Amino acid sequence: MPKILVVTSGKGGVGKTTSTAALGAALAQSNQKVAVVDFDVGLRNLDLVMGAERRVVYDLINVAQGDAKLHQALIRDKRLDNLYLLPASQTRDKDALTEEGVRRVIDELRERFDWIVCDSPAGIERGATLAMRFADVAVVVANPEVSSVRDSDRIIGLLDAKTEIAEKGGRMEKHLLLTRYDAGRAARGEMLNVDDVLEILSIPLLGIIPESEDVLRASNVGSPVTLHNGASAPSRAYADAARRLCGAEVPMDIPSDKKGLLVRLFGRRAA
Amino acid sequence: MKLFNFFNRRASAPVARERLQILLAHERASVSNSNLVALLHREVLAAVSKHIEIDPDKVEVKLREGDDMSLLEIDIEISTSASAREAIADAAA
Repeated sequence: MPKILVVTSGKGGVGKTTSTAALGAALAQSNQKVAVVDFDVGLRNLDLVMGAERRVVYDLINVAQGDAKLHQALIRDKRLDNLYLLPASQTRDKDALTEEGVRRVIDELRERFDWIVCDSPAGIERGATLAMRFADVAVVVANPEVSSVRDSDRIIGLLDAKTEIAEKGGRMEKHLLLTRYDAGRAARGEMLNVDDVLEILSIPLLGIIPESEDVLRASNVGSPVTLHNGASAPSRAYADAARRLCGAEVPMDIPSDKKGLLVRLFGRRAA
Repeated sequence: MKLFNFFNRRASAPVARERLQILLAHERASVSNSNLVALLHREVLAAVSKHIEIDPDKVEVKLREGDDMSLLEIDIEISTSASAREAIADAAA
């Protein structure tokens, strides 16, 4: 049974696109067929983070409007055979995407993939509600920052009201992905800690992605962080989150980049 | 002074947490029940004002939601002059 997953957040810049690419790649690495779909019409970025920006010919809107076939628009990842990207359009007309068009594309994707991971635009406008419209599962991405937590609360409200599953009387499965987490600062009381955010938002935790240089390094070279360096802390955190999405019980620890004292002393000298 | 700043800096996360809890409690109530509360507000006022003269500014409607039960509070302040007039009218009738 294919799953439609939306990666969403109220606030921009919290890591939706990074998380979409990383989770999509991690799911594909576990031998499932995955399509990542960019819904951010006008401000597409998922192709860039996935390193496929020069291979885009047709996009989501072309397929939704019937100007291109789905297989013409899907871009197969160069690293993983079972990972595909459906890019967003660069068009300035935000109304080019209709609910009916999206429904048709999602239905067609459903026949070919195990996971359809939708990267939502930020905010609570039409684009964001369309991205979540047909989802079964939502990953709400948040930073431990007051503005991000507040906006996440709005998004959780929307997921429970404006989605097809909610309108039919069902309940959207929702998970929190906490990004850019600095365990040290949280321990010192300089940052909301995991329990604070969970208590405020009261949805289950999918994973904690530690603040790390590896995230930028991976997007610089156009690679999902989980494929760029599988051993890095954010990479392991995303891989664990993907396993939890598949129903596996994985203990929740916060991976760290911190090295031992000796490595730090001598590693720096060597670098 | 530096030591004072050091301790002061630590306290920001609990402040953030408290601010969010208060803010979201308000926002959740107003977003999910705005229509219902407004509707009840209007209809209850209409019903009461048929019989008693009331000042619309002195009406407070609140919906408090707990785990086990929710409480709809409608506070209508009735001015003494209005209630006194009612009493006289009743006596005359």
